[in-house]
Amino acid sequence: MKKLIANREIDVNEEGYLTDFTQWDREIGKGIAEESNITMTDKHWEVIEYLQDKYHKEEPLSVRGIKKSGVIDIKEFYNLFPGGPLKISTKIAGIPKPKSCI
Amino acid sequence: MKNLVILGAGTAGTMMANHLVKKLPKNEWQITIIDQYKTHYYQPGFLFLPFDIYTEDQVKKVGKKFIPKGVNYIQKKIELISPEANKVTLENEEIINYDLLIVATGSKIAPDEIEGMKGPEWHKSIFDFYSYEGAKALRDKLRSWEGGKLVVHITEMPIKCPVAPLEFAFLADSYFRNKGMRDKVDITYVTPLDGAFTKPKATKALHHLLVEKGISEVTNFNIERVDYENNKIIDYAETEVDYDLLVTVPTNMGDALIERSGMGDDLNFIPTDKNTLQSKDYENVFVIGDATNLPTSKAGSVAHFEAEILEENILKYIKGEPLDASFDGHANCFVETGNGKALLIDFNYVQEPVEGTFPIAGIGPMQLLKENRMNHMGKLAFRWVYWNMLLKGVPIPFVSANMSTKGKKIEA
Repeated sequence: MKKLIANREIDVNEEGYLTDFTQWDREIGKGIAEESNITMTDKHWEVIEYLQDKYHKEEPLSVRGIKKSGVIDIKEFYNLFPGGPLKISTKIAGIPKPKSCI
Repeated sequence: MKNLVILGAGTAGTMMANHLVKKLPKNEWQITIIDQYKTHYYQPGFLFLPFDIYTEDQVKKVGKKFIPKGVNYIQKKIELISPEANKVTLENEEIINYDLLIVATGSKIAPDEIEGMKGPEWHKSIFDFYSYEGAKALRDKLRSWEGGKLVVHITEMPIKCPVAPLEFAFLADSYFRNKGMRDKVDITYVTPLDGAFTKPKATKALHHLLVEKGISEVTNFNIERVDYENNKIIDYAETEVDYDLLVTVPTNMGDALIERSGMGDDLNFIPTDKNTLQSKDYENVFVIGDATNLPTSKAGSVAHFEAEILEENILKYIKGEPLDASFDGHANCFVETGNGKALLIDFNYVQEPVEGTFPIAGIGPMQLLKENRMNHMGKLAFRWVYWNMLLKGVPIPFVSANMSTKGKKIEA
């Protein structure tokens, strides 16, 4: 389905995750963040880049992985993306919701 | 003479020994299986042990009984795998060389991963039921427990048999009802997932059952620590859940051997091709069962289906042919729902559990994603099937290695 994010028509799934990463840029990320009342800072972007890098290397994402990322610790991760940090941050990053749950 | 070495004589390793001994020419291949433990546990039985449904003797046997004749069985600890040198080092520095290696070292609980979990209250007010010791200690506790807040908790995914904690909650409901003390017990199900299960349709069905049985749910709970002094678990978002009795599924990790050998991911699971079951890093190393990092359930049924695929691919590999037997992630799990009923789910990498009939389309006798007695009988019968058919590599009638879509109500 299509959704208007940052004044552009973007392809997303029912949960609002981008289905085509090539449509992503920081403006889109910012737009999605605002829906969760998050104002993006440099630290937020650093985490987003880490997640995108992991995704492109096809490495699974998990809260545990965050602990070892060297970018951020889990407490900070929760502070930056309150609620479900992994779910919210991957949505902002334009990548699929992690399937760490099998 | 060439050497095929299997590490681990649990469900997957034992099945592979039984499969391959029938297929590999004896004058060309020697099969060796190595495991440090004498006892083979029927792990699905650990769910029933705490509720006095199974006895200790029903869940364990001497492992050697299930290793076929013609297979060299070594009961020793494995110190190291050196995949670059094609060798395995055992305790006392004994070296075993291999041409082909199958890693089936499974997964186990790691309660040390969470602060306060394996502390002074471990197996006193905090229990696991994923180990024989844990399940037995919990049984003894439940026999005399007078009630209070029971919290059934999952630490992090993936875990072996992801439905087991739900089954535990359901069986606990029945158990306390039968003891006439359900009104004294408050049951809460706490999970890091956003629902009762990992797949949408099954989550819906299982959520209904939780509601029906008066079990409350706390979702999206990522535990940070156990405060065993004040009887509560605390998550990273600072949500707290109080307990009197905590039954947790700790972090599940691959064997420490995998970490020592530098072959695993963050959780010591081995990166494995999800279709061929060949390890991603070494072409003469194959991985099966819970030891893999495959995106499917860690369960005995999965190991059973994988074993059929792996047998084919090992034979192809030996002949130098392409590994074209392809595993689809097939899992088949009975879910005990209490009161002598169960539901059944059958799914794979792409198809989530749906309603339908199983194993024979349109007939059953078992029903998918619906509670009934026949499914429960199936689950109990499975213990016999496990010891007498599954471990011996005997195919289960009507159930193929790759999932069948027949009899399933699949929406277009």
